Amino acid sequence: MVSTYRIQGATGEWEVVIGLEVHAQVTSKAKLFSGASTAFGAEPNTQVSLVDAAMPGMLPVPNVECIRQAVRTGMAIEAQINKYSRFDRKNYFYADLPQGYQISQLYHPIVGEGQLLIEADEKAGIPQDKVIGIERIHVEQDAGKLMHDQHPTMSYVDLNRSGVALMEIVSKPDMRSPAEAGAYVRKLRSILRYVGSCDGNMEEGSMRADVNVSVRKPGEEFGTRTETKNVNSVRFVMQVIEYEANRQVDVLENGGAVDQETRLFDPNTGTTRTMRSKEDAHDYRYFPDPDLLPLELEDSFLEECRASLPELPDAKRRRYETELGLTPYNARELTAEVETFGRFETLLAATAAKIGKPEAKVATQVANWALSVAPGVMKSLGDEADPSYATAEAQAAILAMQDKGEISGGQAKEIYEIVLKTGRDPEEVADTEGLKQVSDTGAIEAAIDEIIANNADKVAEYRGGKDKLFGFFVGQTMKAMQGKANPAVVNQILKDKLD
Amino acid sequence: MTALTNLGVKDIRDGVAGGEFTAREVAEAFNAAVAEAASLNAFIVTTPDHALAAAEAVDAKRARGEDLGTMGGVPIGMKDLFATKGVQTTAASHILEGFNPQYESTVSQNLWDAGAGMLGKLNLDQFAMGSSNETSYFGNVNSPWRKAGSNAAMSPGGSSGGSSSAVAAHIAPAATGTDTGGSIRQPAAFTGICGIKPTYGRCSRWGVVAFASSLDQAGPMARTVEDCAIMLEAMAGFDPKDATSLKMDVPAWETGLSADLKGKRIGIPREYRMDGTDEAILKSWEQGKEWLRDAGAEIVDVSLPHTKYALPAYYIVAPAEASSNLARYDGVRYGLRDLPDGAGLQNMYAATRAEGFGDEVKRRILIGTYVLSAGFYDAYYNQAQKVRTLVSRDFAEAFDQCDAILAPTTPTASFPLGSLNDDPLTMYLNDVFAVPASLAGLPAMSVPATVNADGLPLGLQIVGKPFDEQGVLNAGLAIQRRANFTAKPEKWW
Repeated sequence: MVSTYRIQGATGEWEVVIGLEVHAQVTSKAKLFSGASTAFGAEPNTQVSLVDAAMPGMLPVPNVECIRQAVRTGMAIEAQINKYSRFDRKNYFYADLPQGYQISQLYHPIVGEGQLLIEADEKAGIPQDKVIGIERIHVEQDAGKLMHDQHPTMSYVDLNRSGVALMEIVSKPDMRSPAEAGAYVRKLRSILRYVGSCDGNMEEGSMRADVNVSVRKPGEEFGTRTETKNVNSVRFVMQVIEYEANRQVDVLENGGAVDQETRLFDPNTGTTRTMRSKEDAHDYRYFPDPDLLPLELEDSFLEECRASLPELPDAKRRRYETELGLTPYNARELTAEVETFGRFETLLAATAAKIGKPEAKVATQVANWALSVAPGVMKSLGDEADPSYATAEAQAAILAMQDKGEISGGQAKEIYEIVLKTGRDPEEVADTEGLKQVSDTGAIEAAIDEIIANNADKVAEYRGGKDKLFGFFVGQTMKAMQGKANPAVVNQILKDKLD
Repeated sequence: MTALTNLGVKDIRDGVAGGEFTAREVAEAFNAAVAEAASLNAFIVTTPDHALAAAEAVDAKRARGEDLGTMGGVPIGMKDLFATKGVQTTAASHILEGFNPQYESTVSQNLWDAGAGMLGKLNLDQFAMGSSNETSYFGNVNSPWRKAGSNAAMSPGGSSGGSSSAVAAHIAPAATGTDTGGSIRQPAAFTGICGIKPTYGRCSRWGVVAFASSLDQAGPMARTVEDCAIMLEAMAGFDPKDATSLKMDVPAWETGLSADLKGKRIGIPREYRMDGTDEAILKSWEQGKEWLRDAGAEIVDVSLPHTKYALPAYYIVAPAEASSNLARYDGVRYGLRDLPDGAGLQNMYAATRAEGFGDEVKRRILIGTYVLSAGFYDAYYNQAQKVRTLVSRDFAEAFDQCDAILAPTTPTASFPLGSLNDDPLTMYLNDVFAVPASLAGLPAMSVPATVNADGLPLGLQIVGKPFDEQGVLNAGLAIQRRANFTAKPEKWW
């Protein structure tokens, strides 16, 4: 359970304590309190309602879809859903904040305590599965964006993001290494994408993290933490922790004290620097937003939210292992991302139907194909492959031929290559390109008879107890058959004739 | 045609509908009266074309035999706190001077939809903060009333002082007001007219420049209870654009009017008998009881024990909300921008807001910022919210024993302009009787009762149960019928 990650200082080992506040943009067509669009990449100030621009007399009206997504997300992390919650105003002046306050939830968040499991990953330095506590999720408005490069002396403001709904997902200070923090963000992203409450696109800023880091001697009290704002990739989150932990250890070991402050990350240098100190911290004067009534969620609404949840990553992974009999590795790989399991499940269904066997009987074959064979072929072809030809039907047809022994693994790859390049029908390719195994016992028997006749010495040795020579006969037979013989048939006939 | 300006909402509407005169004639008469009354300074801008266009539309409808609307042909004054599309909307502030909204407030739109027209945007205390209409950037409003034998300029009350002055002076048959802590009722009382603040949430706040969101309510100001009923009916209604809007149908208040109070109990709150209340006011209160008893009501004593904490609580909650609501006036997107040479963002904020806000607005922003600050929030804001809950509970318990409450609207009659400028606390005390109903979100109305020895009007206030505007209007009607208030300011403007 205990992470072994330590910073080696001059005075001994230091443990890192990490908490993350992840801001996830809620997937919704309209903003949290206005009807303006949330689409990414529009021309500046084209998605701004009167409310978003804080014109005089404008009022916020909650977008139920955003509330619904926050509740579903809370349910997905097994959290307490607060049937009573309230919006508060966080007051501060900035040019990207038209109202002069952000509508957020300080006192009564919509989602209370929950948790998330990060899985053991020996290579990454996570020896065992670990549960990370989640303190709360609250819903709030995003701010606009300042553009400083449009004019020599003035800054421009783009309010397209102003008022977009964010979920702030606050972890407990439960992480102890950059690897754990990275795994936490990846797992959270996966859950959000399963639920469909956030697209998880960190490049477009749909997900970003405030990283709280402190260090301590193992077993001692928590140290003073710093908060590094707006970190927008998993790699950067891990870099921030590495850098901050080492910086803090240096400060402490040189007799200094860590300042409780807000810091900024510079991706170019991989370092952080002071943004504002505690003394400069704002007094946000939070108070309940008088324009909005408290949110009171009805049981029917909660039931609808719960019923709409898909199977979540942990449950799906367990089911892949127990019901489909997949290896833990395959189960984890296939369930990590929405796209991956989606493709897998479609292919599995198509293959099982094509072959006429239950899914569990073909799952391992399909998993291996989906995780290693198919991506390998796709990768080797590079630009020559047209991904639109990678249909479930085509792949299922190939897997079915393989299952019936009509083609070998090598032939399956060859057929798939042709399919990806041309879009031709796999069965037609197998027939016309001669990519089928020979299962005709007569032809194989003839070839084997000849080999036995030509290798009397080897036959004698085999029969004398040198079992390993069986492989030699198989090889000779396959060679004689130009690789197209069905190995199972070959084995059977060889056994009959040699034993 | 000067007689037309003596008519109120109901008479104009019925006269236009009945063909006694055209809506255009009415609009022209009031436009002329407005133009003549510039010395009242009741209007910040006048919009005679708007009034004429609305009137012509009504006349055209009548010619086609169509429905004219419940306010058909009635030109009104619009308090300059309501956003009006393409017409300057300032909240009587410098910071919004020249601001022309691209949208129409829900309440004003409702009125236009009911056939009303706009004479102009009425002056008010800046951002509705004030009780004398002296905090306006565009100069104080003068009351049409003067003390007998004096030429001293009197306050029309505030913040809806332009509204009260215009209606009392007969340059508008009716006007919109807004009431946060008495801003409809106190000016109505000061000028001898009626004004009702409905239950919080009856009138949409969408498009009304916010002062204190949890208290702000729009309402009508007119010379009769019937006119208030008609106009409130046109203003009110559920608005999905306001999350605090009441999701209830608007009752037919006009047809529900009845001055017969048989079976009704009227509560007299003993805590409203405060030191410093004018004798004449106490006398009119006694008279009011008699009138209501005469109308069939039973008079009962009730207690509202937390009354004395209401005003202090109000002066924490309202400034707290205002300090946040007014943060948007920052010089970035609209309104005044003061950008000194070489100034950065913070300097621009400071310069713009220093220049754009008046002293009273700044005072309340400072109070509000202070009471929400870390370390003071619990002692002030939270405590005030608790008081607010207790004040509401007082009313709820009192309404177990009565159907409505009768009280004075104000502790004094109108005062000369300038007389309280250096004494904000005495100024704030003007609203001591009005504020409790605001904190509790209850419907409350002021109706003229009599004049004092100086010949200045005094008002009586009726506070009703939540959603019971009808009960309030009916009690008001019973008083109106018996008070027979016919006093009029002598025309000097």
